[in-house]
Formats: sequence, C-alpha cells, structure tokens
Amino acid sequence: MAGLISRASAITKAKVSKLLDRAEDPGETLDYSYEKQLELLQNVKRGLADVVTAKKRLQLQQAQLEQSVVKLDGQAHQAVAAGSDDLARTALERKSAIQQQLQGLDAQVQQLQAQQDKLVASQEQLQAKVEAFRSQKEVIKAQYSAAEAQVKIGEAATGIGEQMADTGLAIQRAKDKTEQMQARAGAMDELIDSGALEDVTATGDDIDRQLAALSSKTQVDDELAQIKGELGKGDDKPKELSS
Amino acid sequence: MIVRLMHEGQYEVPDSLRDELNDADERALMALVEGNVEALNASIEEMWELVRANGDPLPANELTPGSDVIVPPSDLTLEEAEELLTGEGLIPDLPG
Repeated sequence: MAGLISRASAITKAKVSKLLDRAEDPGETLDYSYEKQLELLQNVKRGLADVVTAKKRLQLQQAQLEQSVVKLDGQAHQAVAAGSDDLARTALERKSAIQQQLQGLDAQVQQLQAQQDKLVASQEQLQAKVEAFRSQKEVIKAQYSAAEAQVKIGEAATGIGEQMADTGLAIQRAKDKTEQMQARAGAMDELIDSGALEDVTATGDDIDRQLAALSSKTQVDDELAQIKGELGKGDDKPKELSS
Repeated sequence: MIVRLMHEGQYEVPDSLRDELNDADERALMALVEGNVEALNASIEEMWELVRANGDPLPANELTPGSDVIVPPSDLTLEEAEELLTGEGLIPDLPG
C-alpha cells in the first residue's frame, strides 16, 4: 500500500503534467488558473465578511441577554421586598437559565473568533501566493513564446503547476472552512431568532406584571384597611336602619 | 531532494531524510487505517518538523522545479486522507 506522501506526490504530479500536456497554450491555462484563484479568493473574503457580521449580531444578542440577567436580578429583589418568595424564585430560575445560555454563547463566539483570525491570516498568505503566481506565470509565458515552438516546457513549468495546484487546494479548503463557519454562525443566529434563547428573556415581562399586581394588591389592601378604619371610627356600632 | 509542505512551500532537504520521512509516513498510514485523526495529524506534523528542521526553504516568489515529495497539510481530516489514498487525491481538478 502506498503511503500518504508518495500518493500525494504521485497524484499531484499526474494532475500537473496532464494539465500542461493537454494545454495547447500553457500561457492561457496559467492565465485562466490565475483568474480562477483570484475569484475563489474573493469568495473567501466575502464569506469572511459575512462571518464577521454574523458574529457581531451574536455579540449584540449576548449583550441583550446580559441585560436580562441584571433585570431579572432586580425583579427578584423587588419580589422579596413585596413578600413573594415564589415570584423571586421564578425570576432567579430564569436568570440562571439565561446565564447558562450565555456561557454556551460565549464559548461559541470565542471559537468563531479564533477560527476567523486563523482564516484571515491564511487568506492573507494566499493572497501573497496568488500574487507571486501572477508574476511567475508571466515569466513562463515569456519563455514559452521565446522558444517559438511546441517544445516541452521545462521543470519550471512543473514547479509553477504544482504551486498552482497547491494554492488552489489551499484556497478551496479556506473556502470550505469559511462556509462551515457561516453555517455555524447562521445556525446560532437562527436559534436566537426563532426564540429558543429569546423566550427565556421575554418572559421577564410576566414577572413585571406579577410584581405590579403584587404592589397594586398591597395598595388595595392598604386602602381597604383605611376605609374600614374610617368607617369603624365614624360609627362605633352599626346603625339600626329601622327601629 | 525537494519536498513540498502543502500550503506552505518547497524545501531542499538532504536525501538522507527519506527513511525518516517514510517511517513517519507509515505511522500516518497506520493511524488512517485505525481511523485515529489525532495520530494521523501528529505523524504528518512529525514529517513537517523533519523537513523544517533539516531543509532550506526555496523562495516562494521565484520559479522552482517540481517537488520529489509532497507532504499533505498537517490538519488533514480523515475524509481528506481517505480521498488521498482511494480517490482522486486532494488536489481539485485543475482548470484548463
């Protein structure tokens, strides 16, 4: 069984020589390859820009969840002050659920950031390689026309072909990775949009309503007591309506 | 001999390195058969380190000859390694 490197070497060489043998004009092939690489690289750049946007949205969601934690904490305090431990418990349970989600989100955003940094670095390297390839192919083209005949192009062409193939693969892999990141960021975004995360924060409002109800109940009780007190004061014993 | 580290570039290394490279290559193959991606990547990384430690890099922006040996990227996935051995190889079909 052939090892990995002998296999990788053999396949690459076969592909490169096939390409160069088949081409009537290697210059055209090289130009085409260059355009193709440039185009793929543009795709990688656009994909990365999308990932950055998605990441920013996730960070925004993160900030909103953090605000919810503060709000629920405040509500728990209000509920205790109003004498309702049950309501305070509900608020604290929701707070803890959001904190758990925040932890997960935080880890994912960090992971996305790390992958993004790596891809930006490799995209810059690839850009440099494609640029180097551009000037090398011009040298090969000049050599080819100077030879004026269908002479077999030499070792240098094999070298540049191999480099072209390698850069092509590197760009392809960068593109695949970018697409994976886009998909992941998109899935997280969708999860938030669909309310799987938001639901928990949205329910903070019903705690507000219950707190309001509690405080209005307190107020009603107070007023009731006051009225009872007034009536009791103004009238020591119930009046007989008829005697 | 000339060795290409895929996605990085070419190195001129002494021929004497061939045996060591083959040993690491065999371990990479074993790892692939076992489906152990960590061991696969570690073996490839070993080859990369051998080449970097013993070779001289060829300038990336000059015309260079074709490589005698091509070492795959060290973050190779099992699927990619599988393709390398059974399918069309890693290199996508070249335009032209």
